[in-house]
Amino acid sequence: MTSVAEAPPGSSVQLRLLAGTPGTRLDAHLSQHGRMPVTDTAQVIGMARDAGLTGRGGAGFPLWRKLSAVAASGRPPIVIANGAEGEPASGKDKTLLSYAPNLVLDGLQLIAYGAKSAVLYVPAASHPGLRSLLDQRRSAGLDRVPVQLVAAPDAFVSGEESAVASAVAGRGAVPADKLIRITDSGPGGAPTLVQNVETLAHLAMIARYGAGWFRTAGTYDEPGTFLATIGGAVAAPGVVEAGYGVSLGDLLTAAGGATRRLSAVLVGGYHGGWVPADPGLPISRAALTPYGGSPGAGVVMALPTDACGLVETARIAGYLAGQTAGQCGPCINGLPRLADTLTDLAQRRARPGLPAEVERLARLVTGRGACRHPDGSARLIHSAMRAFEADVAAHLTGRCLSEENYR
Amino acid sequence: MRVHIDWTACDGRGLCAELLPELLSEDDWGFPVARGDMTVPPALEPAARQAVDRCPALALKLITSDPARASS
Repeated sequence: MTSVAEAPPGSSVQLRLLAGTPGTRLDAHLSQHGRMPVTDTAQVIGMARDAGLTGRGGAGFPLWRKLSAVAASGRPPIVIANGAEGEPASGKDKTLLSYAPNLVLDGLQLIAYGAKSAVLYVPAASHPGLRSLLDQRRSAGLDRVPVQLVAAPDAFVSGEESAVASAVAGRGAVPADKLIRITDSGPGGAPTLVQNVETLAHLAMIARYGAGWFRTAGTYDEPGTFLATIGGAVAAPGVVEAGYGVSLGDLLTAAGGATRRLSAVLVGGYHGGWVPADPGLPISRAALTPYGGSPGAGVVMALPTDACGLVETARIAGYLAGQTAGQCGPCINGLPRLADTLTDLAQRRARPGLPAEVERLARLVTGRGACRHPDGSARLIHSAMRAFEADVAAHLTGRCLSEENYR
Repeated sequence: MRVHIDWTACDGRGLCAELLPELLSEDDWGFPVARGDMTVPPALEPAARQAVDRCPALALKLITSDPARASS
């Protein structure tokens, strides 16, 4: 998915990372943005805090707090730009890396001040192009800390922070227990900082144009733009950039508009939540929290009324069950059982207590893994049971609303 | 003081739920389920230490505070 939407007039969709000449050309990048100012760690922490920049990988954790934690360790860290993007419904990191890779690499240098090593963790297919760009940047004196390329496996959990650190340390790309924070001591012993590639591209913009400029997009509490991957029943699926708080309607319009009447929208990806297909709904953490959702890594998937939300959620649940890293018992056992039980409901194999069993299993797996894979999977299913409550009732009587024409 | 479970190490032998039934039960597959937030009341500290020592997978630890579970 590499199409990038143009902003329709009057919409809050706006291009920052995706403005300008796309591609790997260094001269085009430098003529558009110029060289980066030289900054030390304290300055980078200050600008990230003033800008209110949060992680764009899904969890939305403030960047400056992680930078501070790593700096507090007093030892040279390993810094990693994470472009694994294991989420099948997301294409924004891949798009960003082909559209504006120099912004990502600029951002990586900003967090690499005083670092022991810097790593770009991306799918192997993108390595040849990026390797030649890294050579050019090194020759041009842009990358003071040399950047190593590490292959991100194509798996849902391969982008999870501790899995990234583990892969870079030469072990498997699987999540680790969180008793010791990797910002204090990663798998090889060094403090480790993992940041999504989009977060780093924003940081590179903030270093040049300032925290105040960054805050002119988005909302007061959730400043800046984010990259959204719009898919499902829209005419032009692709990546759209917009400020937080953008209306769902503007996002869908930027992706060519809905092709059919919509019954719900999945926001935040496979670990996200189903929300009403209300064009006025703002895409922000504040507005989505009541639905149990968040913008996450920016996935927006439109579900048409002639598709069944329970069938779609059961399909995703089956995929997620297959993507467990195979380490934690509750996830290994719980997610397949959860997916099977939801599939029974989706396929109208009704039995007494079926919806309650789905909810029980979702609660059972929550909080019981080294990473949040079970929690995210459970969140999606809880949200489906709420958003598709009428569908659940219909399925229990052998009917399916998506097959009927009254919605 | 709290009990921490390393889920990557736990293989569901069930000793901890037997030794600490006040804090832990078992799920459908024999893996421990916290009854509350896993805070250990002083009276249960000896039992908690025993559960930590006897876990065949060395999956339990006693910790003094909850590590931030931040992820990017």
